[in-house]
Amino acid sequence: MCNLIPVAMTVGSNRMVPTISIPYPLGDPNTPKDAQWKLRYHRVGVALDALATDITEQTVFKVKI
Amino acid sequence: MKNVILYLNQFFGGVGGEDKADQEPFIVEGAIGPGLAYNAALKDAKITHTVVCGDNFMGSNTDEAVRRIMEMLKDKPMDYFIAGPAFQAGRYTVACGNICKAVQEQLGVPVITSMNEETPGVNMFKKDMIIMKGGNSAARMRKDVGAVCKYVNKVLAGEPVLGADAEGYFPRGNRHELFLEDKRENTAAYRGVQMLIKKMNKQPYQTELVIPKKDLVPIAPAIKDLSKATIAMLNTGGIVPVDNPDRIQSASATRWGRYDISGMDRLEAGVFKTIHAGFDPAAANDDPNVIMPIDAMRAYEREGKIGRLHPFFYTTVGTGTTEAEARRMAKEIIPFLQEDHVDGVIMLST
Repeated sequence: MCNLIPVAMTVGSNRMVPTISIPYPLGDPNTPKDAQWKLRYHRVGVALDALATDITEQTVFKVKI
Repeated sequence: MKNVILYLNQFFGGVGGEDKADQEPFIVEGAIGPGLAYNAALKDAKITHTVVCGDNFMGSNTDEAVRRIMEMLKDKPMDYFIAGPAFQAGRYTVACGNICKAVQEQLGVPVITSMNEETPGVNMFKKDMIIMKGGNSAARMRKDVGAVCKYVNKVLAGEPVLGADAEGYFPRGNRHELFLEDKRENTAAYRGVQMLIKKMNKQPYQTELVIPKKDLVPIAPAIKDLSKATIAMLNTGGIVPVDNPDRIQSASATRWGRYDISGMDRLEAGVFKTIHAGFDPAAANDDPNVIMPIDAMRAYEREGKIGRLHPFFYTTVGTGTTEAEARRMAKEIIPFLQEDHVDGVIMLST
């Protein structure tokens, strides 16, 4: 999980899930706590599903929140 | 006169062929075998000792072999350590790489070796040390020894060395700062335009900023049953207990830590913080879970989406950290994950 997907690509990561920023990858402090939680819970869930998904090439998994 | 110590395998060390490949390491004074050619080509330096070790002994007891050789070397004056040339001999190239790496890291002495590009040693060690591009057989001995000595002579004389291509070694992926004479032809603008003109005229040109080829990692198979899996969390965002017990550096990190989260539902502010120097730490210090989402992982653990969360998370700092250091730290962390039968990891990178 990272903000700089192109860097993750370059160093050869295979399963990638985007985060929202460098200082706060999983929760913007300018938003309410429950919005931060929803975003974090969702994206970590995407990462877990990614671990359970077969892939054949470097893949960036889509997030909804 | 500078002191150089040489490493050879059983064959070049004069012990014997394949039947002597189990030879345990030993050290002799002076030069033997290729050492004579080295002494002829080295300026103001000589081979004071030669370490010999069988390729199989080194290959199957690497830690023990390295430990014994370090013991032999630690009180000997040494300005340079040379291994090989290993030509196209697979095990010998790996042995040269292993011993050079240990000498460089543990004794802080500059090292050099020589291998043919078609060997495992090159890929394993080219980022860690100077490996001269060597021939594929011992018929190239004089040439390969000459190439090594040319470089060593320069370094020992304090002369400036050029890049990998100019000096004839495998690129390590390092970039060096170089000050050019202050004249128009040396400005970046002039060089760039000259390159462009060549490109437009379809003439050969060489970029000054070579991007190394992608280092693809083999794809791990999917976890079959997430609900039975153990998942571990890692991060390069510098999340540590507030006293930073492992003294992980805030940039260009060489250290990492593992922190117990047994019984914790989330990472609390004031207990954990970030020591990463590459961004404003305010958000992560207020809520460390925005970098290391232990709270979300505990929720998935409670819901049964995953079997369990590995009881430690792992931290280093990503900014300015070299790929070589990162690779080493990963190799140090992996045994802890394997010990707990971790099935998958999430790396959170800032």
